[in-house]
Amino acid sequence: MSPVQIELRDTSFDPFQELFEHRKTFSKIGNHGACSTFVGTMREYNGGDRVLAMQLEHYSGMTEKQLEEIVGEARKTHEILDGLLLHRIGNVYPGEDIVLVAVWSTHRKDAFAACREIMEALKSKAPFWKKETLVEGDRWVENNTPGV
Amino acid sequence: MTIHVRFFASLRERTGIDSKTVDADGLHSIRDLWSALTDEPLDETTLVAVNKTYAGPDHAITDGDEVAFFPPITGG
Repeated sequence: MSPVQIELRDTSFDPFQELFEHRKTFSKIGNHGACSTFVGTMREYNGGDRVLAMQLEHYSGMTEKQLEEIVGEARKTHEILDGLLLHRIGNVYPGEDIVLVAVWSTHRKDAFAACREIMEALKSKAPFWKKETLVEGDRWVENNTPGV
Repeated sequence: MTIHVRFFASLRERTGIDSKTVDADGLHSIRDLWSALTDEPLDETTLVAVNKTYAGPDHAITDGDEVAFFPPITGG
């Protein structure tokens, strides 16, 4: 079973370049019939307010552990041939990507379902917190928007 | 009994505590520990982790545990 690469990054990344590079690491080609991806990007407005920057705090050690468990759970019910999960930490600016989830499977059913399941679980179980910098000052984001 | 306590995000700012080692003799549960740290009630939106695993407010604490309190998470 190929490992799913899980990484927290404190610098900006290009998710499409990451996918391109990750695909080169596949040890075997010809099995991967489907790839589903999700990319989450920082917007410059939230709740009608202009957001200048965002600080992404996490619980070092627990965040990584939760992400491993989330991927492990998805693997119990879906075939995942390969995967990539990147998440930003630290200071993030509008237009920069926050998260990338990519799942490769034999068929689209598992790829779509696993990608969505991992992303939704990340939103509710992985300890990250966003603090926005507005023109008027800072504020913590209190809740995530529903994904389903 | 010694417990290493951590607070994150808005809870850290509200309590003014980042991390703290607490002498927890006589305390049994997460709820007891919370009451020893703050006068605020432990509201149901507060999340708790013991040794980096989610736990409920009635979870028993043991010597050397790392207990973290944090608000709803907002990653992704």
